Parts: sequence; C-alpha cells; structure tokens
Amino acid sequence: MRPPASGSPPSDDPAPETYRDYLYRFAVLQLRDPHLAEDAVQETLLAAVTAKSRFAGRSSAKTWLTGILKHKIADLVRKQSRETPLADAIRVEAVRESDEFDALFRQNEHWSSPPRDWGNPERALENKHFWDALEDCATLMSPAVARVFMMREIQGLSTEEICKEVGISTTNCWVMLHRARMSLRLCLEQKWLGDGAGGA
Amino acid sequence: MITCREVTRLISEGHDRRLSLSERIGVRLHLMMCNGCRNFDAQLRLIRKACQRLANGEAPLDPRER
Ligand SMILES: [Zn+2]
Repeated sequence: MRPPASGSPPSDDPAPETYRDYLYRFAVLQLRDPHLAEDAVQETLLAAVTAKSRFAGRSSAKTWLTGILKHKIADLVRKQSRETPLADAIRVEAVRESDEFDALFRQNEHWSSPPRDWGNPERALENKHFWDALEDCATLMSPAVARVFMMREIQGLSTEEICKEVGISTTNCWVMLHRARMSLRLCLEQKWLGDGAGGA
Repeated sequence: MITCREVTRLISEGHDRRLSLSERIGVRLHLMMCNGCRNFDAQLRLIRKACQRLANGEAPLDPRER
C-alpha cells in the first residue's frame, strides 16, 4: 500500500465530470450492466459535488472518486448476489475446471504450452496495450467467474466474505479464483503479447 | 516433485490463503527448476498488482488520459 499522494489541492484537479468515462468503464467492468453502471457513476458524481468541500487534497481526484464509486459498486454487487444468485452457476463452473485445464497440461501434469516471460512488470503497468488487453480480457470472463474475481481483486474481500455473500464453499471459491486468473493470463498472453515476443 | 498443475493451483491459492509450510516448500523447490511455473507466478503477481492499481483509481482506463 502506498500512501495517498500528498499536495494537489482540489482546485488544481479537473472537475469530477471529467472522469465520467473512466468511472463508467470501472463500474461496468464489475457490474456488467450498463444501466446499473451508469446509475452508480451518476450517484458518485453527485456525491462528489456535494462532498467537494470535505475533499482537502488527501489524494488525487481520480483516486477519491474511485473510492466513492467502489462503495456504491459493493452495495450493488451485494444486491445482485441476492437478486440473481450465481451459486449454482459457480458450482457448475467449478466442476468444469478440470476439463478446461486438461488442455493446458500434458498427461504427466506438466505444461503443454508453458506460460511466457512477460518481461518487467513495471513496464507492463506503464503500457497502455496491457491495460486495454486487461479490460478486454476481464470483460470476456463468464459472469459467475467475474463476480467472484472482482470481489476478491478489486473490492478486496476475503474468500470467507465472498463465500458468505455468494453462498459457495471456500473450496469452490478458490477454484473459481484460480480459473479466473488462469483464463485472464491466457487471454492476456494472446491479446497483449499476441504471437510475437516481448511485452512493450 | 509436485506437478506443474498442482503448483499453479497452489500459487493461485497462495493469493487467497496462507499456504502450509510443506506447500510453500513444495512450490519453492518446483519453481527453482521450472521456468513455466516461474513465469506463471510472475504473471499472477502482475495481475494482482494491476488490479490493485485499478482499485486505487490509478489505472489508465480512459484512453484520453494517455
Ligand atoms: Zn512447473
């Protein structure tokens, strides 16, 4: 965890409205529902305007807005989990794991096509193609896998919290997360690195 | 030696729970000898880091910003 960026008084920051596109993409990635995402962004911007005076340059405007939006998304995801439970879908997906992974490994359980070297991680994180690919690949995840993955990696919930909210076993949760990561890295290798070599 | 399939599962679970000592040793020994799993490990670390940046509002999701 890095400390919040110091300085940058709110007056130096662009208006919250400037971040609408970014906030929408952040929201839709997790909610997978354009209308719900739109509403969450609208509420975030509204809350930002009313709270502007309380925001005394503790962090960048973008980080601050993301924080507000994250709370709204967490509420909505909780509601989604109640209204459209994915527990059954997740149990089905968890069983499918073994079939899907069979192609990745040889009979002796060693890689059939080993993961490649992605180069310097800091350079990857500076690379716009990496982020575009990550966004595309996250969008391609199945809804059940994506919900669990986002709860864990973006909302930062523990697996215990996820199990409780989604109604699955811890083991299923681990399987889902492993699947999510595996599919994400496979997709990134294709979309980001393509068939050529080298990250940037 | 544990297999690549088993090691990748453990590496992933290591992001979600504390692995036992014997699991950690098994993974470490395997990684010393397996390039593919070392890359897998690095890839998952990068994915986690990217997600943390995303969660902190530090990701360049909007192309106009770049
Ligand atoms: Zn291996």
